Amino acid sequence: MIYYMVRRILTMIPTLLVISFLIFLIIELPAGDYISNQIAALRTSGESASIAKLEFLRKEFALDRPFFERYLIWIGAWPGPNGFDGLLQGNWGWSFEFDKPVNEVVGPTLPLTIVLNFATILFVYIVSFPIGMYSATRQYSWGDYGFTFLGYLGLAVPNFLLGLILLYLFNRWFGLSVGGLMAPEYIDQPFSFDKLMSILAHLIVPTIVIGTSGTAAMIRRLRANLLDELHKQYVTTGRAKGLTERKLLTKYPLRMALNPFISDIGNLIPSLVSGSVIVSVVLNLPTVGPVLLSALQSQDQFLAGFILLFVAVLTLFGMLVSDILLAVLDPRIRLGGRAAS
Amino acid sequence: MNVLSIDGLTVDFNTAEGKVRAVDDVSFAVPENKTVALVGESGSGKTVISQTIMGLLPTMADITEGHVVLSDPHGKVPPVDIATLDRKGKTMRSLRGNRISIIFQEPMTSLSPLHTIGDQIGEAAVLHRDCSAAEARDLTQEMLRLVQFPDPKRGLDTYPFELSGGLRQRAMIAMAMICHPALLIADEPTTALDVTIQAEILKLIKDVQAELKMSVLMITHDFGVVANMADEVVVIYHGRIMEKGTAQDLFSNPKHDYLKALLNAVPSFNMDRDERLMPIRPIEVKADSLKQRGTASKVAPGQPLVEMHDVVKEFTLRKGGLFSTKPASVRALDMINLTIKKGECLGLVGESGSGKTTAAKAILRAIEIEEGTIRYNHGSGLENVHKLRGPDLLDYRRRVQLIFQDPFSSLNPRMTVNDILTEPLQIHNIGTAAEQAERARSLMDLVGLDPRFLRRYPHSFSGGQRQRIGIARALALNPEFILCDEPTSALDVSVQAQILNLLQDLKRDLNLTYLFVSHNLAVVDYIADRIAVMCRGRLVEVGETREVVSNPLHPYTRALLSAVPEPDLNTPLDFAALDANRASEPGEWPEPFRVVDGIEPVLIEMEPNHFVCAPGMKTRGALEGTAA
Repeated sequence: MIYYMVRRILTMIPTLLVISFLIFLIIELPAGDYISNQIAALRTSGESASIAKLEFLRKEFALDRPFFERYLIWIGAWPGPNGFDGLLQGNWGWSFEFDKPVNEVVGPTLPLTIVLNFATILFVYIVSFPIGMYSATRQYSWGDYGFTFLGYLGLAVPNFLLGLILLYLFNRWFGLSVGGLMAPEYIDQPFSFDKLMSILAHLIVPTIVIGTSGTAAMIRRLRANLLDELHKQYVTTGRAKGLTERKLLTKYPLRMALNPFISDIGNLIPSLVSGSVIVSVVLNLPTVGPVLLSALQSQDQFLAGFILLFVAVLTLFGMLVSDILLAVLDPRIRLGGRAAS
Repeated sequence: MNVLSIDGLTVDFNTAEGKVRAVDDVSFAVPENKTVALVGESGSGKTVISQTIMGLLPTMADITEGHVVLSDPHGKVPPVDIATLDRKGKTMRSLRGNRISIIFQEPMTSLSPLHTIGDQIGEAAVLHRDCSAAEARDLTQEMLRLVQFPDPKRGLDTYPFELSGGLRQRAMIAMAMICHPALLIADEPTTALDVTIQAEILKLIKDVQAELKMSVLMITHDFGVVANMADEVVVIYHGRIMEKGTAQDLFSNPKHDYLKALLNAVPSFNMDRDERLMPIRPIEVKADSLKQRGTASKVAPGQPLVEMHDVVKEFTLRKGGLFSTKPASVRALDMINLTIKKGECLGLVGESGSGKTTAAKAILRAIEIEEGTIRYNHGSGLENVHKLRGPDLLDYRRRVQLIFQDPFSSLNPRMTVNDILTEPLQIHNIGTAAEQAERARSLMDLVGLDPRFLRRYPHSFSGGQRQRIGIARALALNPEFILCDEPTSALDVSVQAQILNLLQDLKRDLNLTYLFVSHNLAVVDYIADRIAVMCRGRLVEVGETREVVSNPLHPYTRALLSAVPEPDLNTPLDFAALDANRASEPGEWPEPFRVVDGIEPVLIEMEPNHFVCAPGMKTRGALEGTAA
C-alpha cells in the first residue's frame, strides 16, 4: 500500500511537467507577447519614450529568447537573466498587467478559491448522496420524480441568474450584504471571529450556485450506478442470507456504487474553477477565476500560466486523493497485482 | 417426513403485456435427508419455484394460489406456509439463510467483490445464530474446512477475485451451510464450472448433506448431474409438472413424451458412431441453393488443411510498471504441434485456462504468436498464416470463420439479422445488393429460420435461435474451415442437440472442416472424428475419438473422462477416485508424463495414430511422433 502511494505520487511529477509544458505552449500560441503588443501599440501612436523601458523589460523577463529556453527559464530549469529563478525556486513570475509579482496578485485569492472549492465539493456530496440513494431505491416513485425535476431545473437554470436571485433573497431575508466574500466592514481588517462568521455566511450563496449543476449531475450518476448494482447477483445472495433491506443496501451495492463517486473528486475541481468564473464576476467574489479571465485576455502570460498550473495541481491532488481512497475502499485495485501473479 | 411440501403452487407475473403464468399448479415434496432434482429447460419456471421458496420473488410476481410449507425436522418452530408470509417481513428473513439457503449458478458474480470471504460467510451466522464476530469467524473457519478449502485460516481474509471458480463455489456452499439449514436449494450449482470441478462440487454437496443431515432441492438441466445426485426427480415444462417419481423409475421407464425427448437429446459416450441425437424441435437443413454455389476446394479430403508447428504464445500478466522489474508472463500455448485434415472435425478439449481458445484464435490470426508457424492449405500447398498480407489475408479471412460461445454478446444488438448476415458480404465486396439479400434469405433457410425474421433485431430471438444466426453469419462467405468455440456451452440440452445436429448436417452438405473447441467431452465425442486434449497450454493427447475415449493413455485425459457425469444410473461417478486438482497439475503427473517448465512437451506415438505427451519416453529412444 505504501509502495502504491509512493509510486502514485512519483508519477505525478512527469504528469505535472507535461502539463506545464502544454500550458506554456498554449499560452504562447498567439503571436507576440504582452510587451511586444505594448510596444506595437506605442509605435502606432508615435510615442517612443517608454519603448526603451519596455525593451528592457523584455530582456529582463527573457522574452527575447527562443521558445524552449523561455519555457525552461519559466519553470526554473535554465539560467535566466538573473540566474536560476523560476517556479522551482518559488518565483511565480511577474504580472505585466498589474505591474507586480504574480504572488501578490493571486496570493490573497488562492486560499479563498480553495475554501470555496472545498465547500462546494462538500455541498455536492452531502446533498447528492442521500437524494441519489433515495431515488435509486424508490425508482419511479413521486419522490424520485420530484428530485429528478429539481435536478434538471438545477442543470438548466444559468448559474449567474440563480446567483442574482439568491443574493436578492438572502439580502431581503437575512440582511446579507450583496456580493463579495465578507461584509464590507471586515475588508482589510485583522482576522476575528466575526470576520470568520461573515465569510461563512457569504459562502452559502456561491456554494449553492456553483454546486447546483454538479449536484444534479451527481444525483443522476449515483442513481444510475446504484440501480445497476441493485440487480446484481451478489445482492440477491445477501438477501438470501436474511439481511434486512437497509443493512443489505448499505453494506453491498452502496459500496460498489461509491467508486465512481470517489473518482469524480479529481474531475470536479477543474470544472468548478472554470465554471465559477462568470459566477465570481457576477457575485464579485475575490477568487482566481476573474483574474484568470483578464490575464488570458491581455496575454499576461506568467499570470495566466501560473493560475492554469495552480488549477492543474489542484486537479492532480484531487486525483491523488480519489485514487488513494479507491485503493483503500476497493480490494481489487489494492490487491489486483497479487491476484494476477 | 417432508421438509418442504409444495401444493398447487401458482405464480403469476404482472408484465406490461398482462399476466403471465410462470408456475402453474405445481405440487411436489422434498423428503427429509433426500435430494430432489427439478429438471427443465430454461424458461420452464424452475428458478421461479426456487425464488418462491426463498421468498425472493420480484415484486411484479404474485403467488396466486397454493401452499409452500416448510417443516423443520430439527427446529422447534411449527411448520410455516411460506406462500402466506410477507416476503420482506421478519419471519421470512429469519428463515432465509437460516433454515433454507441457496447456492447460485454463477460463483463469479454471486459474491461481493469488495468483502472478504470470511466476512460474507460469517454474516449469516451473526444474523441468525446470535454469536459475536469472533465466534462467527471461528465458525466460518470450521465451515471452510468442511468444504475443503486448502487453507481455511488464510481463506477467511481472501477476496473472491483471488479465488478460482471452484473455490468460489465452495465458499458459496460454506455460506449456505453455516446455519445448518434444513433445506438447501442448489440452482444449477455446477453449470458454469469445468467437468473436473463439477465432479468435486457434486461430491462436496453429497458429503456435506450426509454430515449435516439436510435435504437438497437440485435445480438443473443436466441429466448427468441428476443421475448422480437425485433420489427423486421432478420434470417441469412451461411451468407445469410433466412427470415425477424416483430417479430409478424415471430413468428406466420414462413415461411422458417430454421426458423421453429430453433424455434422447443428451449425448453420451456409449452412442453408436452414426446414432443421432433427437432434438425436441429438429431443424430442416435446406442446403440445396448453397451447395451449387459452394466453391469447390482444391484440397482433397484427408489432406492436411491446417498445420501448427511448435506454436508458442505467451501472455503478459501485468504490464511492468515504472519501477517494477520484468513483467510476469504465462505460456498459453507451449510448443503445440497439431494438424487438422480437410473434411474432419477435430475436437479440442480441456479445462478453462488450458489454452484451447487461444489456439483457435491463433489459427484465426486474431492474435499474434511468439514462435512457431501456423500454415494453411489454400489449394496450392501450405502457406504461413501469420505472414499473409493484403488481399491474401482477406482471402484467408473469407476461408476461415468463427462461431462464438455466447450467442447473447456476439451479435450486435443494434443491427438487424439482415445487416448481420450481409455485412461479411459487403466487407468482401461480394455480389450486388440484390444478390446479397438473396444470399441472406438462403442462409436463413439453411439454419432453419424463417427468412421473414431478417428484419428483426437479435433481442427477439432465443439463445438457440441466436446461435443459429451466428452460424449463418459464419457461413455467409462460403468458408472451408470453421472454428467452433464452445458453441453449445451456453445452451440447454435440447437446444444443444439441435445445434450439434445442424453443425453435422452443414459439415456433410457444405464440405466443411471443423475445429470444435469444448470442455464437454460427451459433446466432443458425439461430433468429433479426432480429439486433441489440452492442459495448461500443452497438448497432452491426440487420437481418433473412439480410441481416446475408450482407451485414454494420459492421466489427465483419464481424469477428465472419469469426471463426466453420465445420464445413466448404472454408471455413477466414482467420487472416491477423485483426487482434487492433482490431474491438472503437469508437474504432478507420474513418469513418463511429467512435464515441468523448460521441458519440451513432445508427443509420442504410443499406439498407432494415438499420440501422448510423454517427455519421459523420449529419452528412452521411443519413436518421436509429429502428431500427423
